[in-house]
Amino acid sequence: MDVTSLIGMMSIFTAGFTIAVGSIGCALGEGRAVASSMTAIAQQPDESGTISRTLFVGLAMIESTAIYCLVVSMILIFANPFWNQALSR
Amino acid sequence: MDFMNLTDITPDAVILWQMGWIKLNLTIVFTWITMGILLVISWLATRRLRSGKDLSPWQNFLEAVIEITSNQIEDISQQHAGKYLDFIGTLFFFIVVSNLFMVVPGYVPPTGSLATTSALALCVFVAVPGYGIITEGLVQYLKTYSSPTIFMLPFNLVSEFTRTLAMAVRLFGNVMSASKIAAILLAVIPLVFPVLMHLLGLLTGFIQAYIFAVLAMVYITSATRVQYELEKG
Repeated sequence: MDVTSLIGMMSIFTAGFTIAVGSIGCALGEGRAVASSMTAIAQQPDESGTISRTLFVGLAMIESTAIYCLVVSMILIFANPFWNQALSR
Repeated sequence: MDFMNLTDITPDAVILWQMGWIKLNLTIVFTWITMGILLVISWLATRRLRSGKDLSPWQNFLEAVIEITSNQIEDISQQHAGKYLDFIGTLFFFIVVSNLFMVVPGYVPPTGSLATTSALALCVFVAVPGYGIITEGLVQYLKTYSSPTIFMLPFNLVSEFTRTLAMAVRLFGNVMSASKIAAILLAVIPLVFPVLMHLLGLLTGFIQAYIFAVLAMVYITSATRVQYELEKG
């Protein structure tokens, strides 16, 4: 196997693996956060404004890990630096 | 997505016009277009300002939006919105306009470029100590870096940088993925389904703008509120 196909294969595999693992953790965390905020809103409907605002901020924090994985896999697929280097050689 | 190929992640790579070392890429052009949209709307709305019941619809709309923004800022910071409204409002409206115009064909959101989002995050990075120093003075602000103990100093300093990076990459990743997914789906399933993804893109675009503004406000609040607590105790 030459170096170009090796780079292509590993890039695609790693991109898929990155987004899979990254989204699993993020989904579990977001699910827990939403579930407990739902419980909190059900117990204290008056505080729903504060709870949902804090929930949004927290979800953004949790979600950013998945976004990092997405950015990495996007770079691997669309803007892989090693791929262009291998092609130009 | 008329200007960008599928393989271009950011609009930075697309150069529209070049003269010597001056390059005009897609990000700059669409930042100007977004600024133009905001300016024209504000100019049209504030051209004939009136008080009383006989308001123009635009003035009514803008007043309501500013009112909501101001209330949100006061809710988060527990302080008067006056001095924060300009900064936070500018961030929010720039991001929200550039994200929501993503559904307009041919419009490339400038927030889908890491350069723009880094610039916005750097504004927050400068504004947080700025507001802290203005509110409480230089010495009091610098003391917060070593709170609760002096051992936390490196962690506080590092968190200052990492949260700036996180803000930039979060906004970039969300907007870039929304526009990219729409483009990819357009190539695979051209009928109906991209419309749904565009709808989802509208939702995430609005939420990301909201989150960026809220996070900026939370960081500024933590830089100004800690000193209040210090003064009391």
